[in-house]
Amino acid sequence: MSSLHLEFDVAGNNFVSAGSASNEVKLTLKKLGVEPAIIRKVAVAMYEGEINMVIHAGGGKAIVDIFGDKIDIELKDSGPGIADISLAMKEGYSTATDTIREQGFGAGMGLPNMKRYTDEFEIESTVGVGTTVRLAVYF
Amino acid sequence: MKITELIKILDAKVISMPQQDIEISGGYCGDLLSFVMGRAPEKCAWFTIMNNANVAAVAALADIGVVVLCENVQPDGHLLKAVKNKEIALIVTALPIFEAARKI
Repeated sequence: MSSLHLEFDVAGNNFVSAGSASNEVKLTLKKLGVEPAIIRKVAVAMYEGEINMVIHAGGGKAIVDIFGDKIDIELKDSGPGIADISLAMKEGYSTATDTIREQGFGAGMGLPNMKRYTDEFEIESTVGVGTTVRLAVYF
Repeated sequence: MKITELIKILDAKVISMPQQDIEISGGYCGDLLSFVMGRAPEKCAWFTIMNNANVAAVAALADIGVVVLCENVQPDGHLLKAVKNKEIALIVTALPIFEAARKI
C-alpha cells in the first residue's frame, strides 16, 4: 500500500519554530480525512517529542510515514541521552532548567503524554550518543 | 456559550478572532503546557497567564477554542504573530484566572 513519507529537521533551543513539524503533520492528516480525535492524539504526542528535542537534545530529526491505517513517527536526536529511562517515564520527573520552566515546559509530562496518546511507544537511548523514540497511532 | 458572549462577560480585549464564533465546550486553567495539551477539552476556553509563542503551538495542536490571557497579561511579539498566522482566537481580560473561569 502506498504511503506518505515526510522528514523534518527540528532546530534546537528554538521555541518559536517548535511545533511546526507537528503542525504540518496535523494539517496533512486533516487533508487525508483522518478523524479529528486521532489527529489530536498524533499532534500532541509528536509536539511533546519535538519539544524534548528542542529542550534537551539541541534539535533532531522527525521522520513520519503515513499509511492507510496508521502513522509511524520516529524522533531521533544526537543529544546527551537518558541515563534512566524508567525515571524519565515517571509523570512529574523532569531535568528541565528554570529557563525552560518559564517557557511553560518542564512539567515532567513529555514522555508520559507521548505514551498515553499513542498506540505504540518505544524509546531507545544511550548516554553520550542520543535518543530515538518511535510512535505509532492507528486510525 | 459562544466566544463572543465570553468576550462580553469577561470585558475582554480581542487580540485575534479570525475563526468562526464557535460554541465553547468548557474551560481549562493552567500554565504548564504539557498538562494543557494532555487534559484541556477540545474547543474549550483556556485560561492562562503564559504569554509566549508556545501558547499558540499548544492551542493549535490541542484544538483549543479560545485562549484567555488573564490578569491583563499581554501576548509577547512572537505569540501575537503566531495567533494571527495560525488563526487562533486570543483575548485578554483583567480578571484573575479563578474569577474569569467561574464566569463560564
